[in-house]
Amino acid sequence: MSALHPSSQNASALAPAKWRELLRDALFTFVLASIVFGPITGLQLKGLDFIANWQRPMWLAIIVTLGRVLFLTALNTDWLKNRLQRSAIKKAQATTVQTAQEWRRWAAISAVAALVAFALPFVFLNNSYVMKSLLLAMIYVLLGLGLNIVVGLAGLLDLGFVAFYAVGAYFLALGAEHWGLGFWGALVLSPLLAAALGGLLGFTVLRTHGDYLAIVTLGFGEIIRLVLTNWLAVTGGPNGLPVPAPTFFGLEFSRIAKFGGTPFHEFMGWEYNTNMKFLFLYVVLFWVLALMIFWIYRLRIMPMGRAWEALREDEIACRSLGINPVVVKLSAFMMGAMTGGLAGVFFASYQGFVNPTSFTFFESALILAIVVLGGLGSIVGVIVAAFVLTLLPEMLREFADFRILAFGILMVLMMIWRPRGLIRTRRPVFTVPER
Amino acid sequence: MDGHIFGQQVVNGMVLGMIYGLIAVGYSMVYGVIGMINFAHGDVYMISAYITGITLSVLAFFGVQALVPTLIIALLVVMLVTAVYGWVIERVAYRPLRGSPMLTPLISAIGVSLFLEAYVQIAQGPNPQGIKPYLSGAFRFWTGTGTDQFFQITYIQTVIVVVALASMAGLAYLIGYTSLGRSCRATQQDPKMATLLGIDTNRIISMVFVIGSVSASIAGFLVTLNYGSFDFYIGFVVGIKAFTAAVLGGISSLPGALLGGLLLGLLESLFSGYVSTDYKDVFSFSVLIIVLIFKPSGLLGRPAVEKV
Repeated sequence: MSALHPSSQNASALAPAKWRELLRDALFTFVLASIVFGPITGLQLKGLDFIANWQRPMWLAIIVTLGRVLFLTALNTDWLKNRLQRSAIKKAQATTVQTAQEWRRWAAISAVAALVAFALPFVFLNNSYVMKSLLLAMIYVLLGLGLNIVVGLAGLLDLGFVAFYAVGAYFLALGAEHWGLGFWGALVLSPLLAAALGGLLGFTVLRTHGDYLAIVTLGFGEIIRLVLTNWLAVTGGPNGLPVPAPTFFGLEFSRIAKFGGTPFHEFMGWEYNTNMKFLFLYVVLFWVLALMIFWIYRLRIMPMGRAWEALREDEIACRSLGINPVVVKLSAFMMGAMTGGLAGVFFASYQGFVNPTSFTFFESALILAIVVLGGLGSIVGVIVAAFVLTLLPEMLREFADFRILAFGILMVLMMIWRPRGLIRTRRPVFTVPER
Repeated sequence: MDGHIFGQQVVNGMVLGMIYGLIAVGYSMVYGVIGMINFAHGDVYMISAYITGITLSVLAFFGVQALVPTLIIALLVVMLVTAVYGWVIERVAYRPLRGSPMLTPLISAIGVSLFLEAYVQIAQGPNPQGIKPYLSGAFRFWTGTGTDQFFQITYIQTVIVVVALASMAGLAYLIGYTSLGRSCRATQQDPKMATLLGIDTNRIISMVFVIGSVSASIAGFLVTLNYGSFDFYIGFVVGIKAFTAAVLGGISSLPGALLGGLLLGLLESLFSGYVSTDYKDVFSFSVLIIVLIFKPSGLLGRPAVEKV
């Protein structure tokens, strides 16, 4: 297929030859779209029979063809050509160094955003649905930040990130069952275990590069999930395990304390609220996130973070400059895994039980979508993307089936137009504080 | 070790291996030409299973009864539609990313994979679909005098082996002896030089995707005939296993794809026969990880040399 050359001098007066070419292109697109959409959307299997619905593929094909024609004509106009040229220049200078002034502005904005994020759950305290959605969105922010270290900063595509998430969650459930481990204990130990596992995985995959690494981590994630599903004696198989509710200095968040003692609301002299557990998790998660963001921000201006980004850009150059790729890769893997394990603890406490269906490959893909949409390496981008990708589907409930469809399209489009994400990455600088 | 159990597992493993080999060809050729893992390849296979079901049901609706014409028409339709899918996917999702960093097309391919699964789920419903059994009956081989001491090769399995071997032979001829194949090999060796020598590399890359999709579609057709049921999620696991086969045999080598497929099929079949069925996927993924870590160039592949 010959695309129209966007080099014609005058867009408004297309030569007849151009028109013919455009028509041929449109016809070709229509035929292809009909073949692609025809059988799958037009003939729905029902038992051994089928239901024919010719309108669906027809409309889809017409829409695709119209889109293609519009795209080609638009591509031929001077206005779009200029825009494309400008965006290409921008793309070439994608990463810029942040100035101190910009940093101050960002700091002010983030302070306001943090305040809003902290206040939100208190506003919606009586709305359990909003509370849960907000908490889930925050968990995805944590996951996104973790994967962002591995994929965004260090450039190691990890498709099995969900394994560490699962390890964190199952560690809390199993620990509670066998060793009486609680939320706080798991909050400290889960990240350590996940980091150890991340180190182990990182160590074994050190020799693999790029896309082979992606497939190895994918296999690793699937192995963890399959073991969780099939090892009935320990993990409870597909039914999963219960997770105890979190406590605060031994005070429970239920109406009546199950294990004796006073529940939290009685101790504080408050009215009982069923959402107290979620509020508590939210507040803890908020501080964990704040700490995490600060830490990652600092890491990015420290030699370790610089080494991650350098390794992402060019491994051979890194080695020749004396950076030890083993240490750099392992630290990225372990940091990411640790964050994933931490998120797992919150997720398990939030849900009250764990089972393997929460840790499928789709989950990994969703976290990857968050990182990609947010811009590989950008902290702010990841936070925004996590909120958008988890809250938007909640708002568009009736289109729930189309969520994954939209993710897929979004990932392709992002890679084509904005491989560095919606928000332009700015590399933070280290400024000597004025005395 | 009972002879008939062993024999049966070997037969099943060989048949499974042929299927893996056919799908692995797509991974192998694409990797060879543009150095990218086509993550959506397993879902192209899934699409072909659906097209098989739809075509067979439409043929039954129009009263086509005779077995051989039915199967041949269905196979041709499946090959055609899946070929178009392969071409369109390459054109829409991968060609605009030519020359970008290695991870970019892979993420795009994951997007395509998610899209295809959701698309089929929405259009065809989330429940598994099935077709009626087409060829029943089997050849039996007796290994002893007891009533259960035999292993069998069903007629469908025979068809699978014959069609798979024929496709492989056709593919080997296409790559080895036609001008298209010569261009493919040239592009694989050095895309820039091939372009300088007048090969339309974009067209060749498209053709490689089409060839890969067609061989995956043959696999999808055969598997659907054999098992009779499919759902929108089958592409994922089979895709990873076929990729394992491709790497095991040495990626970008065609005989390697078949060899890797047979080896993985046999290993998996014997593992599920003698050790555990629940953990057979764990076993296959472990094979994948071990091969990628210790011998990433595979059995028949050349080790990749990194040039600066």
